[in-house]
Amino acid sequence: MRIIPKKIEGVKFGLLSPDNIRKISEVRVITADTYDEDGYPIEGGLMDPRLGVVDPGLKCKTCGGRVGECPGHFGRIELARSVIHVGYVKQINKIIRACCRKCGRILLPDVEIEEYRTQIKKAKRVGKSELPIIEELLKSAKTPKECPHCGEEQADIKFEKPTSFVEDRNRLSPTDVRERLERIKNEDAEVLGFDLEVARPEWMVLTVLPVPPVTVRPSITLESGERSEDDLTHKLVDILRINQRLLENIEAGAPQLIIEDLWELLQYHITTYFNNEVAGVPPARHRSGRPLKTLTQRLKGKEGRFRSNLSGKRVNFSARTVVSPDPNMSINEVGVPMLIAKELTVPVRVTHNNIEYLKQIVKNGPDKYPGANYVERPDGNRVSLGKVKKIEEVLERIEVGWKVHRHLIDGDVVMFNRQPSLHRMSIMAHEVKVMPYKTFRLNLCVCPPYNADFDGDEMNLHAIQGEEARAEARVLMRVQEQILSPRFGGPIIGGIHDHISGAYLLTKKDTKFTEDEAFQILFISGIDEPLPEPILENGRRYYTGKQLFSLILPKDLNLVYQAKICKKHKVCKKEACESDAYVVIRNGQLLSGVMDEKSFGAFAGELLDRIVKDYGTDEARKFLDRATKLVIEVISRKGFSVGIDDEDIPKEASERIEEIMDRAEAKVQELITAYNEGILERLPGRTIEETLEMRIMQTLSEARDKTGTIANEYLEQESYIKGKDNNSRIMAVSGARGSLLNLTQMSACVGQQAVRGERIMRGYSERTLPHFKRGDRGSKAKGFVKACYKKGLDPLEYFFHAMGGREGLVDTAVRTSQSGYMQRRLINALQDLKVEYDGTVRDTRGVIVEFKHGEDGADPARTDWGRIVNTRKIIKSIVHESIKDESIQDRDGGR
Amino acid sequence: MARIDITKHELVPKHEVLSEEEANKILEKLNITKGQLPKILITDPVVKKLKTDVGAVIKISRTSRTAGTSTFYRVVVAE
Repeated sequence: MRIIPKKIEGVKFGLLSPDNIRKISEVRVITADTYDEDGYPIEGGLMDPRLGVVDPGLKCKTCGGRVGECPGHFGRIELARSVIHVGYVKQINKIIRACCRKCGRILLPDVEIEEYRTQIKKAKRVGKSELPIIEELLKSAKTPKECPHCGEEQADIKFEKPTSFVEDRNRLSPTDVRERLERIKNEDAEVLGFDLEVARPEWMVLTVLPVPPVTVRPSITLESGERSEDDLTHKLVDILRINQRLLENIEAGAPQLIIEDLWELLQYHITTYFNNEVAGVPPARHRSGRPLKTLTQRLKGKEGRFRSNLSGKRVNFSARTVVSPDPNMSINEVGVPMLIAKELTVPVRVTHNNIEYLKQIVKNGPDKYPGANYVERPDGNRVSLGKVKKIEEVLERIEVGWKVHRHLIDGDVVMFNRQPSLHRMSIMAHEVKVMPYKTFRLNLCVCPPYNADFDGDEMNLHAIQGEEARAEARVLMRVQEQILSPRFGGPIIGGIHDHISGAYLLTKKDTKFTEDEAFQILFISGIDEPLPEPILENGRRYYTGKQLFSLILPKDLNLVYQAKICKKHKVCKKEACESDAYVVIRNGQLLSGVMDEKSFGAFAGELLDRIVKDYGTDEARKFLDRATKLVIEVISRKGFSVGIDDEDIPKEASERIEEIMDRAEAKVQELITAYNEGILERLPGRTIEETLEMRIMQTLSEARDKTGTIANEYLEQESYIKGKDNNSRIMAVSGARGSLLNLTQMSACVGQQAVRGERIMRGYSERTLPHFKRGDRGSKAKGFVKACYKKGLDPLEYFFHAMGGREGLVDTAVRTSQSGYMQRRLINALQDLKVEYDGTVRDTRGVIVEFKHGEDGADPARTDWGRIVNTRKIIKSIVHESIKDESIQDRDGGR
Repeated sequence: MARIDITKHELVPKHEVLSEEEANKILEKLNITKGQLPKILITDPVVKKLKTDVGAVIKISRTSRTAGTSTFYRVVVAE
């Protein structure tokens, strides 16, 4: 086929005139019947063969084309009486009010009309919208009581939903409306916003109805051989039937009343034919009671033609199933079930080099893995290997230039996606690893970018079909290329949960392994680096956790930072820190500090960030793969479980907490008394009530925080005494899961419950529950939960807690839908802006939006957490560079 | 009331009218026509002050949070 390049200059929308409708129509449809007894379409019926073909094998009576060639042809229904088009009632309403009932002129003096005309012209010239001007004209032309042109007195026209107009209690028939619109002069219509080339006011009232081609409303044949018609055909049958009856009644000279009833009915059917969801009109229903899907419903909304068939389409070569974790895979891989690998194919061109291999694959056929499902001849014709009787015949014919659609094999590049696809890391390129069972397997480090968990999440996979696409996906979309997020310039792929607690356990101060243990751990995690000198204790050889972890660090890495567990003391003791929070890595040796969320955690990994930025994505992938395997092996060996006894606090602590609570409550009472006596000092810009509320809230939240600190203190102390840290606390401090607030709520005090950011105020008059006195402003009466989760909430506390909790749930539900819609609008507005190679941001017309992307032209993913250069870090690294040199000498001298 | 010179206000960035050659140089560098530049109305208070004609290219130097200063170009258009 020869392609003729054409450029679309513009698109113009207009109204179909009755003449136009007749001109495009091939058939005048007159009967409501579709098929005769023999099942043949009736001429002049809705399935007239001249309207196009839908049955394979038949030829179109109009153009002679077959199915696929013939686009279908329009027909028409000549309406017995005019009918208003629902889509235009609003415009009709505005225009009919702005024009004289007798002469049809705009109800404004000529001077004013001319004034508006020049304004509109000007707006068009500058490229502004003329709509606000027309809107204003229509508004000012509504008021005059008398026509300035013919002097006719104007009556008030009321619009009665959905399609009628009433003037002084007389109903205007569509014919009346049409006559009025006809009277509007061309010059006036122009000022009213009509483009006379394509529209005239009276065309908004229908006299002829176009009948869409059968290709638009194909009937389907059910298994039983019964024909089932499209909703549009059903609706058109209704229209035809009523139209016919109306015509007969008019010709027979039936009484006005009957004619008007039928006319109304015709209006109803045509209204619902266009839109079956008009306010005030009962929707037309199918025999089964289901509302019909008519023209507007076909186009509108998420399931409409635009959003579901044009902006988004269903695709081939894709698969979807549940995801589950596999910590032994690389982050770049995705586990694909055998079943899916046999269904999805990749086209491979046959060459001299691969012909033998591909022949073997074709020989395996569609059922034996690795096989092929199709072979494609150079002319593009496909042979399905599943349908072919003798594969051998196909095998003989295969030669260079053919294509084999072979099954997915290990190493194929595919795209993997989880909805909602909110950022570019929601679709990444993975390498296939074919596996047994029926789920997609993914490495845990890629959970954060996809926001995936394994409680039943499903994900999609797309097999790439071309060399160019494959290369592009591999270079740009590969998981390891997405480690750094353009959102904040740090790693978004990294360790989570057990990776963090495992790393903490491995690298904390006194973790050591016997030689045997160390060898096993390293073998399982696939680390085969040369081992350092072990430490000797009681004549046995040990490796410290830090030594093992150092094995996977780049050999010349130098890095200093404060770990997540850092308590931010005023004076930093650096290497001598009790909690080992000062991380020093010199020449790839972890000398001090513990690995936690800030080492290689997603969103926070300082160390991982350094590795990606200084050593590249390959090194970073290797590091992540090995680090997570190592750390998981360590945590599996050590064991890591939590229980409620993790939240046990000594009696002493409970007493102190009790005391703080009592004191806080007393303070609240004090504040209330001060308020009642009128001696409470008002805060600037607040009422006295607001002041009281704020002070109470502040007092209570301080008290809660204090109890939290106490509980944490004891938990920490306890860990020193027992010589073993508490696992719940480890998770909170290292950033693996949970927070100190969670611990506080479990072991000390849940704290104030809030609704709408205030203490709980709602319920009965002047009190939240009937258990309190009216006007009680005490902590308990307004939803302060003194208990901790472990001790348990009393019924009143439980109720307040449920109130607060419910608000949280409602908020998230509302927020997701709102932010989803906002995102949709933003993307619609920004979708075709692009950063060009010269750093400018332009739209598709080449109009510049930004002269330098982000004003500095920086790629946020390559910045240091948003900053182009972080001077402090550079200085730090240089300073440590010099220390490093000394220490090397020291150590070498010592050996 | 004394008229305030808005160009002296700290929130008003520096506007300069480019000469014909300078403007052409910029257009050539960006490989665009004037129509593809962002627009600024001739009735814009600062443009009024610059007393220039429709079609002139104005260079605006703003302080930027990310880049120190950044330059923008705009073409003057009639209302």
